[in-house]
Amino acid sequence: MRLHYPSSVKIVRVPCTGKVDVIHILRAFEKGADGVYVVGCEEGSCQYTSGNFRARKRVEQVKHLLDGIGIGGERAQMFNLSSGEGPRFAKFAVEMDERIRKLGPNPIKIRSAEKKTAA
Amino acid sequence: MIVADKKPIEEIIESVKEFKKILILGCNECVTVCEAGGKKEVGILASALRMFFLNQGKDVKIDEQTLERQCDHEYLEEIRDVVDQYEAILSLACGVGVQFTAEKYHSTPILPGVNTCFLGATEQRGLWTERCQACGSCILAFTGGICPVSRCAKRLLNGPCGGSSKGKCEISKDVDCAWQLIIDRLKALGKLDEYEKVQPIKNWSTDRAGGPRRVVREDVAL
Amino acid sequence: MNVKTPSKLEKIFAAGHVAVTSECGPPRGSDPDSIVKKAELIKNHVDAINVTDNQTSVVRMSSLAACIRIKLMGLEPILQMVTRDRNRIALQSDILGAASFDIHNILCLSGDHQSFGDNKQGQNVHDLDSMQLVQTVRYMRDEGKFLGGEEIKRPPRMFVGAAANPFADPFEIRVPRLAKKVTCGAEFIQTQCIYNLDRFEEWMKRIRDRGLHEKVYIMAGMTPMKSVGMARYMKNRVPGMDVPDDVVKRLEGTPKEKQAEEGIKICVEAMERLKSCKGVAGFHIMAIEWEEKVPEIVEKAGLFPRPAVD
Repeated sequence: MRLHYPSSVKIVRVPCTGKVDVIHILRAFEKGADGVYVVGCEEGSCQYTSGNFRARKRVEQVKHLLDGIGIGGERAQMFNLSSGEGPRFAKFAVEMDERIRKLGPNPIKIRSAEKKTAA
Repeated sequence: MIVADKKPIEEIIESVKEFKKILILGCNECVTVCEAGGKKEVGILASALRMFFLNQGKDVKIDEQTLERQCDHEYLEEIRDVVDQYEAILSLACGVGVQFTAEKYHSTPILPGVNTCFLGATEQRGLWTERCQACGSCILAFTGGICPVSRCAKRLLNGPCGGSSKGKCEISKDVDCAWQLIIDRLKALGKLDEYEKVQPIKNWSTDRAGGPRRVVREDVAL
Repeated sequence: MNVKTPSKLEKIFAAGHVAVTSECGPPRGSDPDSIVKKAELIKNHVDAINVTDNQTSVVRMSSLAACIRIKLMGLEPILQMVTRDRNRIALQSDILGAASFDIHNILCLSGDHQSFGDNKQGQNVHDLDSMQLVQTVRYMRDEGKFLGGEEIKRPPRMFVGAAANPFADPFEIRVPRLAKKVTCGAEFIQTQCIYNLDRFEEWMKRIRDRGLHEKVYIMAGMTPMKSVGMARYMKNRVPGMDVPDDVVKRLEGTPKEKQAEEGIKICVEAMERLKSCKGVAGFHIMAIEWEEKVPEIVEKAGLFPRPAVD
């Protein structure tokens, strides 16, 4: 299909979104990601029954934590699609790219850079 | 096990915001099982706090460690060599662990990172419910193995009260009536006639009422 | 007449009369007139007056203080006492305080959970339960001793009552539970409000099957409905209350301005029917914030004038 999606998106492949834990998402932010989103199978069609539900719960936890520490929960998001839906995959990427550009860079990344310059 | 729940991140931030070197100390026992204060939760909290302080422009060192238990001298000794490096320890153990750590490391502030809730069981993933209030003199033999002290909202020893409705407690439709459970179980055991035995006035001196409690065992003391 | 206490209520029962009691809820304030006024409204139509103890866990003037007011009017109070708010020290102490004013009746209850009231964050006590409180009063009266074993100088002389809800679950232990209260020493019983007469009569039958009606005086609890709204609320919201659909429908079919009258009619009809139910020794009329209607109900039910006992 040769669909285009923003080059800002780095894909981390996992066997199932159920593998993605809270700490993985937080680490990504700690390392400077401006946003993190998880794309799982459609709800109800998980090969492992509940992997994508677990992922959704964990993304919710992350949003809550990001709000609590002042980074903003809207930088994390859960999406669902089925494996044949390439165009939707691209649409999510565009949607997230636009949302994060509006929010601006992850403040953690800026602070880390400042710290390095100061040192 | 001892069931604990996470404290809100805002409350934790408020309690640690003045410190520059913090150790987050998890516990491998009960709080790990109830997903409130084990190694995993230590990692998550450490990451969140690191980002919080960085975002505030503060240079705060946050380390992570999880002990086998915080309610035993031996395991708490494992941090003796490093404890002086920290201005505060945020303990994710139950209230017992927090206090035992504080007693051992007298000059270091030890802050609680969880709310200790009750003695209970994992009924299902994400649902823990109370089973025991450690009253110190167990009556389960007389109540079909179901505890009215911990599970009846009025801890009636001769229940149920008039508020029992369709198996539920008057305080909430989410709470089972302990006495309905007791009666159902007595019936299943073929012992419903035992219901009419009046439970005598309880000696609560072995409960919280008697003051801080001790178990002294000469047979095992060294 | 074989009585164990100076209680007027006990004498009424012992003389074989159908007893009538009602209740006064103490005010949410310290004004003594409100309790006096409520008692004035009903005093000629009842044998004794229950005084509720922080009912539904809402803070009110203390039951004991309000009982004293009623006693000082020359009337017969029934001290309601819940185990929710007092430990065994306070319970025994208040029993002595009541006895010092010659309050001769007590109703032992566990009390609604504090989460229903205006102090939801408070502790509850429940050092004793209602049955154990019955045992305690009987022990203080009959043995003349405190729970601790020491002798009481001038022990209380109280006629001891308890509550029963024939409609709470599980139904199968409702009679065994009453039997337990009798074993503990309860001498009279006031029931929860009765609307489902069939179910109440079934309960009474089971009581009679065990001969319990000969060991304890059972007073049927009556509460007149003020409106269809109240009937719906009682049906759907009050735990352990059994309001059959036909009661709600009957009020629904009545014009709004006539509903109160109809509610009283339903109440009086129920009393007429239960008067012939063997084992019902009296009626306890709980006209919640509607005390002025008690005389009318008692008269219409053919229970006026009240008998005189010594």
